[in-house]
Amino acid sequence: MQLSLLPLGSKAKVSKLNVYGNIRRRMLDLGLIPDTTVETVQISPAGDPKAYYIRGAVIALRKEEASKVQVQIL
Amino acid sequence: MGLTKNSTGTSLISSKFNVAVREDDDHIIALAGNPNVGKSTVFNSLTGLNQHTGNWPGKTVTNARGKYNYQGEQFVLVDLPGTYSIMSTSEEEEIARDFVCFAKPDVTVVVADATCLERNLNLTLQILEITKDVVVCVNLIDEAKRKGIVIDIEALSQKLGVPVVATNARKKSSLGNLAQEVHMVANHLKELTPYQVQYDQEIETAIAMIEPTVNSLAGSKINSRWVALKLLDGEDKIISSINDFLENELLNNDILIDPLNQAKQFLAEHEINADNFRDRVVTRIVKEAEKLSAEVVTFTNKEYNKTDRKIDSILTSKVFGIPIMIGLLGAVFWLTITGANYPSAMLANLLFSVEDHLTALFMQVNAPVWLHGMLILGVYRTLAWVVSVMLPPMAIFFPLFTFLEDLGYLPRVAFNLDNFFKRACAHGKQALTMCMGFGCNAAGVIGCRIIDSPRERLIAIITNNFVPCNGRFPTLIAVSTIFIGGLWGSRYNSLAATLAMVAVILLGILMTLLVSKLLSKTILKGLPSSFTLELPPYRKPQFGRILIRSLLDRTLFVLGRAVAIAAPAGIIIWVMANIDIGSASLLTHSALFLEPFARLIGLDGYILMAFILGLPANEIVVPIIIMSYMASGSMLEFDTLRELKDLLIANGWTVLTAVNVMLFSLMHFPCGTTLWTIRKETQSAKWTFMSFLIPTAAGIIVCFIVTQLAHLFGLV
Repeated sequence: MQLSLLPLGSKAKVSKLNVYGNIRRRMLDLGLIPDTTVETVQISPAGDPKAYYIRGAVIALRKEEASKVQVQIL
Repeated sequence: MGLTKNSTGTSLISSKFNVAVREDDDHIIALAGNPNVGKSTVFNSLTGLNQHTGNWPGKTVTNARGKYNYQGEQFVLVDLPGTYSIMSTSEEEEIARDFVCFAKPDVTVVVADATCLERNLNLTLQILEITKDVVVCVNLIDEAKRKGIVIDIEALSQKLGVPVVATNARKKSSLGNLAQEVHMVANHLKELTPYQVQYDQEIETAIAMIEPTVNSLAGSKINSRWVALKLLDGEDKIISSINDFLENELLNNDILIDPLNQAKQFLAEHEINADNFRDRVVTRIVKEAEKLSAEVVTFTNKEYNKTDRKIDSILTSKVFGIPIMIGLLGAVFWLTITGANYPSAMLANLLFSVEDHLTALFMQVNAPVWLHGMLILGVYRTLAWVVSVMLPPMAIFFPLFTFLEDLGYLPRVAFNLDNFFKRACAHGKQALTMCMGFGCNAAGVIGCRIIDSPRERLIAIITNNFVPCNGRFPTLIAVSTIFIGGLWGSRYNSLAATLAMVAVILLGILMTLLVSKLLSKTILKGLPSSFTLELPPYRKPQFGRILIRSLLDRTLFVLGRAVAIAAPAGIIIWVMANIDIGSASLLTHSALFLEPFARLIGLDGYILMAFILGLPANEIVVPIIIMSYMASGSMLEFDTLRELKDLLIANGWTVLTAVNVMLFSLMHFPCGTTLWTIRKETQSAKWTFMSFLIPTAAGIIVCFIVTQLAHLFGLV
């Protein structure tokens, strides 16, 4: 599924990044490499962006980016 | 150190980074680290107040520099922008990378957050690839302890092969070890065996194919393994920087072309292309950081960040998120306005009684009337107004604002507001640059560097002025307290003034969004780019530091600027008021000239002139208005703040005037410093002009509409 659809409080494992170039690099730098566990921890008042727990930090991503991260729900 | 400008390319660096290259024996220390790891706290604690630039706490937008002494040696500390990585192409990462790589600091201190070491090791490993002269500073160790996170510092140091010290930057004593280790590394008193990330076999083979050639070309100037890696990666920007640095066309060099092509061929044969090469490199570094972290960190409490999540679930909740934000804003202004009333009155009394004494003194020595007029009625009186009207609100507002900043609340504001910015086709981090604008629009404009996309950065720069800076707060607070607050009787005075302030800020945010959207649909067309925003852990604010920094860095800085500009402005006003042309003074002539236009937008000639004369610094708008009124005949006996309102009313002010002054203060041309900063940041006269034009036009239009509507409905 897409990371942007991961419900609040659920955990998932990253399987693939469907994005290239600089944004991909940026996501990798955040630690979004395959097999990384992520969790949706916060949803902003408007429903987007959402905040995810990634390798010890809470990172907010907009729907546009989070939907490019393919995850497998745990 | 045997380093000369020519041998290291530091001439390039000094121009690029504006860093004074070492004075002979100084050691240059770079301070790198992720954002929000307390880098600035480490910087401030080490250097004390011995800094070159006033750096807004928490955000290093320019290279702040400071000096400190240790064991009789001088260390120059350079604060680099906080970055997660130095491999991407954002401007901040480039600055950090280029400094570590090309400015050749004697030591690079990597400040890491003990509460989330793994993420910080990522950057540490990248820096270790460039230089071995590294000291790792595991900061916030007390915070980690509180969260049940234990870090084996000794083991980490062993594994990384460089000194690692645990610090609690709040306790200055804990920085002793850091200074000690930096001293050791700077003087080469320590054996360093930096950790090398081992890449996949194919990549290692390719590196081995070109590294000897690179080494023969670059020698000891730069780490040849790292250069080899970048050459294989083929990232143009880094490679051209390396080329510049080596003053040598590395890529076109005959002896390198063949091995490089062979190595690339080899990688291609193993199905490694540009894209997955980077993937592999980054993935490996992240994995190594994970592995290292697992070996040295123990979590005794798995739920260590539960409290943060709980607070977040309230502060960013669907129902309460935005109301809490507005409520906090209101609370800050209410405390400021209520708290400032009394000290303001006291200061005014004090300063004006001094004026009487000074006048008596001038009389005694038979000083000429014009001298007394210029110095006392011009300069002193203006200064007295600036100080008594501005100092108390600032001394309350800035610590409160810094408190929220230190707490980590501002990123939550950005998180809450992001959707609005997205709909305005603007960047989410624009909310953060707006927050910086509350401090100073020039700082906000520089802060826009955190936005990578040029289009969105321009939008953020142009609209930054819709956030009232601390130069305009005094005008807003003075007018809302003295005038609008007074309308509802003394009981609701502060409350009404607070509501007026909150309304002004919200209008500013609304205008920001509106103008951003307009720009996105017209001259700066485009879609919102990607963004990531960290919501850092909440930190216990340090009250002592907040007080000192907000009072010294902000309050005194702004007040000093106001005083420096108000003094000559006081003379100009006095002179203009006392040079008569025909039947009226120069001041009156100028005001009369502006009057017809000013009336259309609900102001008067004096007010509009004050805004124009306030171009160097918005702080002096209210003082100029007061001076003009006083100089132009309505000489009231004028001792307390309360009489300010009488003066304004005597000069024809109504609620409508007050509202328009506040609106125009919110929306008019940026101050001189900000314009100059915009010119520098955008490198474009056109965008500087737009930044001047857009808020001014917005202000004129809004004030015109408000005024004409008020007249139409017979409200005034």
